[in-house]
Formats: sequence, C-alpha cells, structure tokens
Amino acid sequence: MVRGPLMRLRIEPRQETSRLMLYVTPVAAVIMTVLTGLVLFVLMGYAPGPTLYYFFVSPLLTLYGLSELMVKAAPLIMIGVGLAMGFRANVWNIGAEGQLTCGAIAAGGVALALWEQEGLWILPLMCAAGIAGGALYAAIPAFLKTRFDVNEILTSLMLTYVATLLLSTLVYGPWKDPAGFNFPYSRMFTDAAILPILMEGTRLHVGTLVALLIAVAGWVLMTFTIIGFQIRVLGQAPAAARFAGFSRSKLIWLCLLTSGGLAGLAGTFEIAGPIGQLVPVISPGYGFTAIIVAFLGRLHPLGIILSGLVMALSYIGGENAQVEVGLPQAVTGVFQGLLLFFLLASDFVVRYRVRLAPAMGDRP
Amino acid sequence: MARDGLNSDRTPPRLEVKGVSKRFPGVLANDHVDFAVRPGEIHALLGENGAGKSTLVKMIYGVLQPDEGTILWDGQPVSVVDPRAARRLGIGMVFQHFSLFEAMTVLENIALGMDGGTDMRALADRIIEVSRTYGLPLEPHREVHTLSVGERQRIEIVRCLLQNPKLLIMDEPTSVLTPQEVERLFETLRQLASEGCSILYISHKLQEIKVLCHHATILRGGKVVAECDPAAETATTMAQLMIGHEVRTVTRRAGGGGDVVRLAVEGLDLPPEFLHGVALRNISFEVKGGEIFGIAGVAGNGQGELMMALSGERLAHHAQVIRVDGLPAGRLFAGARRRLGVCCVPEERNGHAAVPAMSLNENVVLSGHHRLHLLSSIFIKAAAARRYAEKVVKAFDVRTPGTMASAGSLSGGNLQKFVVGREILQAPGVLVVSQPTWGVDAGAAATIHQALADLARDGAAIVVISQDLDELLAITDRLAVINVGVLSNPLVTAQADVAEIGLLMGGVHGLDPLPVPHGAGAAHAP
Repeated sequence: MVRGPLMRLRIEPRQETSRLMLYVTPVAAVIMTVLTGLVLFVLMGYAPGPTLYYFFVSPLLTLYGLSELMVKAAPLIMIGVGLAMGFRANVWNIGAEGQLTCGAIAAGGVALALWEQEGLWILPLMCAAGIAGGALYAAIPAFLKTRFDVNEILTSLMLTYVATLLLSTLVYGPWKDPAGFNFPYSRMFTDAAILPILMEGTRLHVGTLVALLIAVAGWVLMTFTIIGFQIRVLGQAPAAARFAGFSRSKLIWLCLLTSGGLAGLAGTFEIAGPIGQLVPVISPGYGFTAIIVAFLGRLHPLGIILSGLVMALSYIGGENAQVEVGLPQAVTGVFQGLLLFFLLASDFVVRYRVRLAPAMGDRP
Repeated sequence: MARDGLNSDRTPPRLEVKGVSKRFPGVLANDHVDFAVRPGEIHALLGENGAGKSTLVKMIYGVLQPDEGTILWDGQPVSVVDPRAARRLGIGMVFQHFSLFEAMTVLENIALGMDGGTDMRALADRIIEVSRTYGLPLEPHREVHTLSVGERQRIEIVRCLLQNPKLLIMDEPTSVLTPQEVERLFETLRQLASEGCSILYISHKLQEIKVLCHHATILRGGKVVAECDPAAETATTMAQLMIGHEVRTVTRRAGGGGDVVRLAVEGLDLPPEFLHGVALRNISFEVKGGEIFGIAGVAGNGQGELMMALSGERLAHHAQVIRVDGLPAGRLFAGARRRLGVCCVPEERNGHAAVPAMSLNENVVLSGHHRLHLLSSIFIKAAAARRYAEKVVKAFDVRTPGTMASAGSLSGGNLQKFVVGREILQAPGVLVVSQPTWGVDAGAAATIHQALADLARDGAAIVVISQDLDELLAITDRLAVINVGVLSNPLVTAQADVAEIGLLMGGVHGLDPLPVPHGAGAAHAP
C-alpha cells in the first residue's frame, strides 16, 4: 500500500460513528473545558481549588442559586430549541440576539402602551407581540434567502446590531422614563405586565416552565411529525427533499420564523421577568450562547435542556467567582468559547480519523 | 492522409498496455486489456459508458494501479505510481471535468498545476508562446470566471503542453464544446500529432473518431472487442462493434400497450440548471397504460434533467406540457404528482432517492407518505411505515438486518432493490425509473424486470431510462434515444435495429426518417 514518495496527514471519515460517542462527546467537552479552566486559573494566579468551587459548585448549593440557574437557562433553552430546528435543516440563523431584542421591543411597547392598566390578557398579548416581533425580524433573512439566495448567516448576524441600536434609540429617546432622572430606562412595567413568580424570594418565573414545555413540544415536532421529518431530510439530503416534494423555501421560512419567534418570546420573558422594564442591554448574549447550547445539546430538544443548564451555570458561576475571588467577567466568555471548541474538536475526532498516509493511493 | 504522420512499425510503441486488469468490488472493470499507441498517432478509445475506458486511462495516468498486467513506455515496462510520475514520463491528461479556480487568473491556475517551482513571468511568456504555436489563444491574466467553457479547456490543454508531453490523453473533450470549438480543437490535435505527440482520444462520438483518429480500440464490458481503422469503417459498423451484436434473448410480454394514454409529454423545454448542464429541447412522447417505454442514450445527455422534469423536482413552463391521465401536471411539484399517481426512481440512490443516514422505515415515509396513508394529521404513523418497509424488503429480497438499518448501510444493489420496490409497491399509475438494475445481480435484475412487467400488465405506464441498451431491448415495447437534450422519434423495440440506435446515441443526425410506429409524440421530434 505504501508506495508514494511522500507521506502526509490524511483525514478520513470513519466507517461507523458510534451512537454512544454522540452522547459521550458533549460530556467530554465539558470535562476538558473545566480542566483547561483549571490551568487558566493557575496561570492567572488564582487558587485553582476555590475558584473552581465558586465557579462550578457553590451556585448549585442554594435554592436561590438553583432558581437563578433556571432563570438563566430558560432563554437559552427556548432559543436553542428554535435554532436547533433550523440547524437541522442547514438554516443558519445566527441572529437570535437581534430577534430577542426585537421581541422585547414589541412586547415592551405593549407593556408601556398599557401602562398601569389591569387585565389578565395583557401578558398573553405581550407574548404574542414578542413572538411576532422576533418572527418578523427573522422574516428579513428568510425573504432574502428564499428570494435572492442571500446567505442568512450574514444577514441575520448583521441585523442583530441594527436591533440593539433600535432598542437604544427607543430607551434613550421616546420611551425613556419621564421620571427616570434621564437614565436610559423605560418606565418599570406595572404588575399586569410582569410574569408571576413561582417561588417566593426568587426570580423563578412562569417563563421557565414555558421554556421546558417548548423543549418537549420541539422534541415531539422533530421526532414524530412530518414537519420535523421534512426539516431533517432537507438538512441531510437536499436532493432527497426535492425528490420527495418538500418545499425548500417553505421550510426555510418555517425554521427562521420559528427560531425568531422563540427568540422574541425569550426576550419578552426577560423584560417581563427578571428585568421588568426596557433597558439598553437586555441580554448578556443569550442569542449567541444559544448557538453553543444547541450544538452542545446535539440539536436535540431534550439535550438542549441539559446543555442550557450547563451554559447557564457558566453565567452564574462567572458572576459568583467574580464576587468571591475577583475573577474577571471575561472568563465566562472564554469558558463558553472553550466549550464550543472542545465540542467541535471531539466531534471531529469521533467522525474522522487522522493518519499518516502515502500522498497518493488507490481510489476507485 | 490521416496516416501521414505515423512512424514505421519498427519503432516501439509510445505506450503499450499488456494484459491489464482492474477489479472493483463486484465488477471487473478491465479484463486483460491489450493495446498500443504509436508515436504521432491519434488513437481512439471507444466504448459505451461503463465499458471501462475511464478505468483504463486512470491506470495509464497513475490515478489507479492495475491489478495485473504491464504498461510499457517506449518499449520499457514502467510503473506509474501517481499522476506526478505519469507527467514525468511525458503523459498529459485533459479531464472531462476541469479543475480550475474561478476567481484566479489563467496564469495562476496553470502555475498551481505545475510540478515544482515556477517563475511567473517566464511562465506567462511560455503560455503565450505555446498558445500561439498551437492556435489556442489565451490571455494569461484573464480571470477564469470570465472565460467560456471552450477557453477553459484550452487552459487545461496548454497546462499539459507546457510539460512537452509525448502522450496526451483527452477524456471526452468535445462534450462541452460548440461545433466551431470542436473543429479548432481537432486542428490543434492534428498539429500535435504531426509533431510526434501521441494522442489517446476517449469518446463515444463516432463521427468525431472517424474524422480525427488514425486507429481505434473498442472496449465493451471491460474487454477489447475490436481494433479498427476508423477511416475504413462506417459509423454504423463501429456502433455495432461498440454495442455488440449479441442481444440478450428477449422473452417479450404478449401485446404491450393498451389504448389509454396515461403519460403525455408535449414540447417540454428545460434550460440547464447548472453550468455544463444539458438543456432539454422540445421533448415529446406518450406512454399508454400497459406500455413500457424506454429512453436510451449515453450518460449526461439530459437523462437526469428529464427525470427531474417528469418527477416534479423541476417544473415545466406550462401545466399542459406534462399530462398524467389527462390532467395537467407540468406545474405540480413532486408530492402533488405522486398523489396523481406518478412515482419515480432517480438514478442516484444515496442522497437523492434515499437519505443515507435515515432508516429504511423513514425512507419509506420519504416518498411514500403521499400515497400510502402514513400520516394522521401531521403525525407519522411509524408502525404503518415499518410494515410497508418490511413488505418491500420481503418482496424484493433486500438483504438487511432489519428495517431500522440506515439506508446508507445497505450495499448499492440492495438499496437499489429497496428503492425500486418502494415505488413499485405503491401501485403507481405512471412509473419513471432510471437505471432500474444498476449494480444489482442478475437474479435481482430479473425480479425487478418482472415487477416492472407485472406493473405494466396491471395497466401502469412505465418509462425506463437506461444506459444499458440490452436491458431496454429486453423489457420495453417502444424506445427513443436522448442525445444532447433532444429525444429521437420512438422506435418499436421489436423492430429496432441496434446499429441505428447506436448511431442515434452517437449523435449522428440527418439519417433517413425513422419508422414512426404509433403515438402523436412523433410529430414533435426533431
């Protein structure tokens, strides 16, 4: 077999990808992230033991910590489920952050318009407005993609910055609280526009339950229905989708509108839950982190619940370690990046084998 | 005049292939092939698709290694380990599909293909010099995406010529050229030959070979079946040699074809979807219930496009262009056409007819949910899909550990049986099937042929697109030949003359009008 004059690294797909590995790699990625974090802490001059403890363990030891975990995980799970649906179909919505922002603007607009009004219908109306806002914002890349074949990665990503600027314009301008000493905040929403709290003394709101229900609904949709089937076929074999008569543009619209709508709803829950008003920055990058959540959860809605919790821990642990041992905030972002890196790397090693091979071999 | 440039028989051949065999899993691609190319000779390698031409030249060019046999270069046995070694010997090859970077200039593309370092300025001068000498005008600094297909081919030829080859292999070079470009190419090749460069010219186009080549080696089924002087032969005799006289004994069904037209295609035009694609031009034919209609032709002449137009993967410009049981279907997508009763088996199984990573059960849902009642509202009835998959596996003897196995884990032949069975058992009114027995063994082929015959007997209209002429002669009632996107007049299979079909496949036009048996489709044929 070795007859070529040159040896070089060759990357070959493995014959069989083991199903077990599919579940092992996310866990392995988390472990390697923690180990790398350990090295990082030492290099930065922090005591590794306590830092790790404050980052990964202590947030889980109190009821409040656990409730905060759910509060942070809820938007990640909701957005992650929507994005995963698109990713399965090779529709790459990278702009969930912008759709979240637009959903929050729409829902916030409703809350401000109905300020000091009573009624159980106000929250559902805000949710509807939030979904519509996110979906409409995602409709722009959908239209450009289906009509002009414009890459949705670029359009959705760039529109994110437009959305955050639009929010700033509103809260620095017309929607600014008249009694707010010129701070760029809207009025605090009144009770009818605030999500009910599930547990006294925490910020655990009804939206966290909705997030779990959405994940289950997403699992049913992707696994048992013809819609999920069409999405999977389109992603795995576009020619087969065409052969079966599945409409590519309809599916692209569906995926973008759904992921945009869910991001919009997540934004609604943020302003009607933990925040309670419109502020210039309503999300610590949930829309982007949810991309990692989707992949870490293997694009499977139930896996996304788990990965959403893991990523939420990186937010809370980061804050906790900042308070307790003065770890810089940026470490949270580094951890999230490391996690994605290790996940993609371990996936690669599972799917391909790298070996030394002659430069040119037999090919049928 | 064609023989003027040839040397005497005493000099050793430039290239000699002796007893070369190459086996791939399940197929003997080359079976003890012998032939020789003399210096300055334009030597044709003629054969149908799958005759083993490509495998043979890949071994000569070092892309593949022979299992047996020797390759002699100027009388010396050589081992061509890779294309680099081939180029060092003086072998150049122009592939059918070019490997050029669109966004780069001609010069950059050529520099990339050179072995060893290159001085760009000197290279640019040499490109201009070579292109002048051989009448291959090229501007080194033009970007490739601005060039026509013919100009791109010139880049590949010039790239070879810069290495001063002693043997130039051309793989189906004219398939993408206009007639004017073909004429120009032939002049270049003749000039090269007159300077002593041997040319191995691979084609199935009989007229071209007659006009251009000094000698022809004809391959069929991996073996050399004949050698001839193309100038002394007619296109008809070469077609006979290429296709073979012996046609499989035909057990014809009694009286194929009823009176009801189930599929009617009238004036179908379809522009190519991609660069190098084939445009379908004014295709018309009718298939009656109970009839099996064959479409013969060399691969890449519009079969794929025709399949897509019939299945609904691509839409016709007008609904009336395709009618199924009298209903206009030209503007319906694949799913809607299935509900009308049109089932299809495209040529490519993995990724087109089936999703490789999905189970057989799921692959049943793919094309079966329209007709098999596999849905209740939006939910998939998994048990019903599994039962149907099991039925297909049983009826067509698909070798698989179970219906949960992924389609991609099945061997090619088994997946073919599954895909064909999946469509046939849906009892379609119109079945369009491409290469129905590609890659399956003789027993399975018989099963599939029998199933097609049974389906026709039950009143379905069947279109079989195949490159295997023997197959079409054995199972069809009528057949037509597709060539560069144009469909010939239909012939009654029982009265069809193999040589005539071969001529149509080779693109020889302007013969006497062919017999027009029945059907209005004939009025539209060229």
